[in-house]
Amino acid sequence: MRRLLFLIRKEFQELRRNPRMFPVIFVAPVVQLAILGYAATTDVKNVPIVVVDADRSPVSRDLIGKFEGSPYFSVVDVTSNDGDVQREIESRRAWMALTIPPGYGDAIRNRRPVTVQIVADGSDSNSAGVGLAYASSLIAEKAAEIALQRRPPGAPTIGSIEARIRVWFNPQLLSQHFMVPGVLALLLMVITTVLGAMSVVREKELGTLEQLNVTPLKRWELTVGKLLPFGVIGIIDVLLVVAVAVLWFEIPLRGSFPLLFGLSLVYLLCTLGLGLFVSTISQSQQQAMMTAVFFFMFPMIYLSGFIFPIENMPAPIRPFTYLIPLRYYLVIVRGIFLKGVGLEAFWKDALLMLGWGVGVLMLATFRSKKTLG
Amino acid sequence: MPAVTVRDLTRRFGPFLAVDHVSFDVEQGEIFGFLGSNGAGKSTTIRMLCGLLKPSSGTATVGGIDVGRDPEGVKRRIGYMSQRFSLYELLTVEENITFFGGLYGLDDRTLAERRAFALDMAGLKGRERTLTRDLAGGWRQRLALGCAILHEPRILFLDEPTGGVDPVSRRQFWLLINRLSESGVTVFVTTHYLDEAEHCHRLALMHSGRIAALGTVSELKNVFAKRAVVEVRTASPMEAVRALDDLPSVEKTSLFGTALHVWLRPGQRATEPLRERLDGLGIHAESLEFVQPSLEDVFMDVVERAGGTAA
Ligand SMILES: Nc1ncnc2c1ncn2[C@@H]1O[C@H](COP(=O)(O)OP(=O)(O)OP(=O)(O)O)[C@@H](O)[C@H]1O
Ligand SMILES: [Mg+2]
Repeated sequence: MRRLLFLIRKEFQELRRNPRMFPVIFVAPVVQLAILGYAATTDVKNVPIVVVDADRSPVSRDLIGKFEGSPYFSVVDVTSNDGDVQREIESRRAWMALTIPPGYGDAIRNRRPVTVQIVADGSDSNSAGVGLAYASSLIAEKAAEIALQRRPPGAPTIGSIEARIRVWFNPQLLSQHFMVPGVLALLLMVITTVLGAMSVVREKELGTLEQLNVTPLKRWELTVGKLLPFGVIGIIDVLLVVAVAVLWFEIPLRGSFPLLFGLSLVYLLCTLGLGLFVSTISQSQQQAMMTAVFFFMFPMIYLSGFIFPIENMPAPIRPFTYLIPLRYYLVIVRGIFLKGVGLEAFWKDALLMLGWGVGVLMLATFRSKKTLG
Repeated sequence: MPAVTVRDLTRRFGPFLAVDHVSFDVEQGEIFGFLGSNGAGKSTTIRMLCGLLKPSSGTATVGGIDVGRDPEGVKRRIGYMSQRFSLYELLTVEENITFFGGLYGLDDRTLAERRAFALDMAGLKGRERTLTRDLAGGWRQRLALGCAILHEPRILFLDEPTGGVDPVSRRQFWLLINRLSESGVTVFVTTHYLDEAEHCHRLALMHSGRIAALGTVSELKNVFAKRAVVEVRTASPMEAVRALDDLPSVEKTSLFGTALHVWLRPGQRATEPLRERLDGLGIHAESLEFVQPSLEDVFMDVVERAGGTAA
């Protein structure tokens, strides 16, 4: 036990003296969060929009006028041909399309509900998200105007316009709120897996590992002593990222913080175990970093649902996503942050994640024994 | 009982035999040198003796403990300095000592005592807070030695402890080794430097995984005692080699630093035939004189007879 303390203290002494460590561990997470957070809120102006006016009535032209008058949109084309929409959006001449159905004018005049369609190109998710919000509010404004103008005293408030929104190419619009919890998952993996692996391999490279191996230090003490400091750093980063997300970006943390914290520890088990495993198959720090990033982190990021929704993946690929701890953690973080749900909603994910962590740690410890020869 | 006994110790890496049925004993308090060219198998042997590497076959005991059966038991009783620099560069002198002392399980009082001892030994008193990275080579090696003996092991394994260190520091280092040996510590040391080997009580010459010769320095040199070696200094040594190689009185020639060593056949003691041959071919020799065979001569000879080339 005492040995373990000496080992942990040494690790922190080294970390403290490494001039690159502080920025990587504490500044980079905040910067990343800030970039992602602000990128997601950037104001979008003059979103090019194409309008399909199938009604061609004064009432429909009135709605188009509303878009033309808004600083947020520039109407690039008014057509009556539905096929134009596809072409214009694919060529990126327009980012959005508004389709006014035939009979729109009639419906308004007779105070019947009517639906217009808005299509947005989700491949630029941020602009699309902002554009959709503007479009919805313009239409809502129009609906309110109509309701006020045309409503005889005492008449029911039916006869509004409903906007049916469809997003192409990326139906699960990534918004800031959606993004930030994901960043937490990603950052923890980068910091603990990569730094943990590199720190172990560094000792292999320098030869100090051999010196440690000749002391009475036990294998488990060495494993824990090397990983625990990075676990602590991971915990600090969890707190940091959650604080910045909640206090700075005002993302509501709807669920339980202790639960989030506890499951983050389980996730750290996975990332640290993975780091240790990477260290057993790498001979140099550079190799460790490459292996961690290209063989593990990239595939994990792609397959976890962080970027592409799992439901959109081809069926043969989908089973592989179950191999990825990041998938479970994303479900958990997003669930706790955004939906405010608890263990009852994702206990399976939590269990699988725990199993993954224990498994990889055992595999890594076993391997690090064998490499001694 | 010997401090170290080695019987038929063998280590394979795949099909490659790095250490090939090696047997020897090291007596208590002895400085035992392991000499050999790159890749001879010195480090591999030492790592097996320290419990860091499993032998493929054969046995070894260190301090009476079987390395194959109880490597952890061996580890507790020995000190080891690996071939590579083994301290943490980002830690200060003092932090390194404290760290290793802690790993060896020293209590606070012992640790304080041994820290003072190691600082004194390394000549680093007053520089406790210097980063190890900023130390010059000689100090680093002495500090590494200090850290390896914090727990007062009775047997010490040093793998090329003076690699890349200046001659003055090397001399100082060997003074420390001598002192340890005098206090009864067994020192097992590998080296490339032949001049260092002369400090050892006994030497093993290792080549291609085998022990090619073993004995005291004078025993090894005696192999050549009855033969004369002539050192020839010339500006064109390569031509001189060709010129002298086929003289009847010459057994063999070898390049030796900037000079040439010529081994005369047993019973031959004349330098005139050499001089005549060189003059005849117009090769100018600055000097021709008898020299004492050095350890390097022995080493080259052993290696040649083993049918390899030395680095
Ligand atoms: N882990 C290993 N895997 C494969 N081959 C190895 C391993 N360790 C050593 N070898 C090989 O075994 C041979 C002996 O290596 P060793 O390090 O014992 O030599 P050495 O005498 O210490 O040489 P040097 O003077 O260069 O330190 C070398 O050919 C080396 O390449
Ligand atoms: Mg070696």
